[in-house]
Amino acid sequence: MLFEKFEYMAEFQAELDAQHVVPFGAITEKILSATEAVVSGRKVILAGTNNYLGLSFDPRCISAAQEAAGKWGTGTTGSRLANGSFIEHETLESELAAFYGVNHAIIFTTGFAATMGMCATLAGPGEVILLDADSHASIYAGAQLSGAEIIRFKHNDPEDLAKRLRRLGERTSQTLIVVEGIYSMLGDKAPLQDIVAVKQEYGGSLFVDEAHSMGVLGTHGRGAVEAAGIENEVDFIAGTFSKSLGATGGYCVSRHPELETIRYCIRSYIFTASSSPMIVAATREALQILQSEPGLRRKLWDNTDRLYSGLRALGLSVGTSPSPVVAVTLEDRSQAISCWSALMEAGVYVNLVVPPASPSTNFLLRNSVSAAHSSAQIDTIIAAYARLVDAGLIDVEQVA
Amino acid sequence: MTEHQEYLDFMYSVLEQHNKGGLVLSETTELVADIGLSSLEVMEFVEKIEDQFDISIPLNILPDVNTLGDFARKLDELDS
Repeated sequence: MLFEKFEYMAEFQAELDAQHVVPFGAITEKILSATEAVVSGRKVILAGTNNYLGLSFDPRCISAAQEAAGKWGTGTTGSRLANGSFIEHETLESELAAFYGVNHAIIFTTGFAATMGMCATLAGPGEVILLDADSHASIYAGAQLSGAEIIRFKHNDPEDLAKRLRRLGERTSQTLIVVEGIYSMLGDKAPLQDIVAVKQEYGGSLFVDEAHSMGVLGTHGRGAVEAAGIENEVDFIAGTFSKSLGATGGYCVSRHPELETIRYCIRSYIFTASSSPMIVAATREALQILQSEPGLRRKLWDNTDRLYSGLRALGLSVGTSPSPVVAVTLEDRSQAISCWSALMEAGVYVNLVVPPASPSTNFLLRNSVSAAHSSAQIDTIIAAYARLVDAGLIDVEQVA
Repeated sequence: MTEHQEYLDFMYSVLEQHNKGGLVLSETTELVADIGLSSLEVMEFVEKIEDQFDISIPLNILPDVNTLGDFARKLDELDS
């Protein structure tokens, strides 16, 4: 009886089974490189991985992980509060803080735990969380756990944010404003300068989740906040190790010394095992590479511009400006499933995104670009989409 | 202060486009069970009310809202 509320999912699964399509949980049987794998029995170009700098296969990161496993074992078997704080964890926190030019950082076992934990802790009953409507599930989850009043503002709309802050009056001093640097599904960027201007006028504390923008934006790769030139105006920056840094984990940094005060109040920090030392070591190495090799970011954006321009030239609906997340928007679910399947047959793996993960009622063929992609691979991806158009599977007039 | 009936009248006008069954909308009409709004449509409905009455509606109240009457009463509380 508990499962009755999931009937919609059973129907969707039946639809996929009938078409013999496995877009969710497709099994990767073999990884060939940061950009190629054997997925569901087929060799594919990986175009939906968030591996923005391609560091998951960097030999230096792999070597660091191997050495750490030999030295520290496979896991800490404890939380950071108990026996799970190794010198590696503390060192990574120091290195992250230094990277951001602040004094305080906390690392988490996953990015979800980081943003959920911070949102659940920073605001509480009687206080307010004002979040962008397209916020990640981890932010919504944390907001719900916090006990604070949760108010959405229209996506990327500083005027709507201003309206809601104005209505709060003096309560803005107890308000956490939450936005992202680059939004995960459509790849659009937050208008951070305008958001900061609103915050300066009305008050509030600003939290920016840079999961998809760290390593991607900014002269030094610190993210959207750096790119917008507003680092002194942001109270908390959170991010993940599972995208640009090619590992697993998350973090929050702040210039506020009180971040240290609340460390042991964050339930997703104290009530879970800490990161395996080999993951921490790989992440530390990736962070060093990110800083010492800005050419990776340039290559990422060269590939981004190539893919975005190529798909746009086909007449596909890919948003208003290039981003390493390039989502092709479709209105029809069956069509989206057929296109995903056809792309797989053409040797291109992308993410199929359906509501509610998609921020609207539309469906997405979500591509993410890596610095590790070759130009030939990007051209192969574009060619695969061109075949969809030629075959009538995507009619450019039908896309949203 | 907005009158309770003002909230209801506005809700009725917005929901007519979703009222494919031609129901007579009233305080006891349920947003999901009767009109069949999706979760996204509920959020869009909330936004329209916020814009119309210049109020912010916390998401926290939504689990307690089934009918239009429930919603109007919650809005009364926010207004006070």
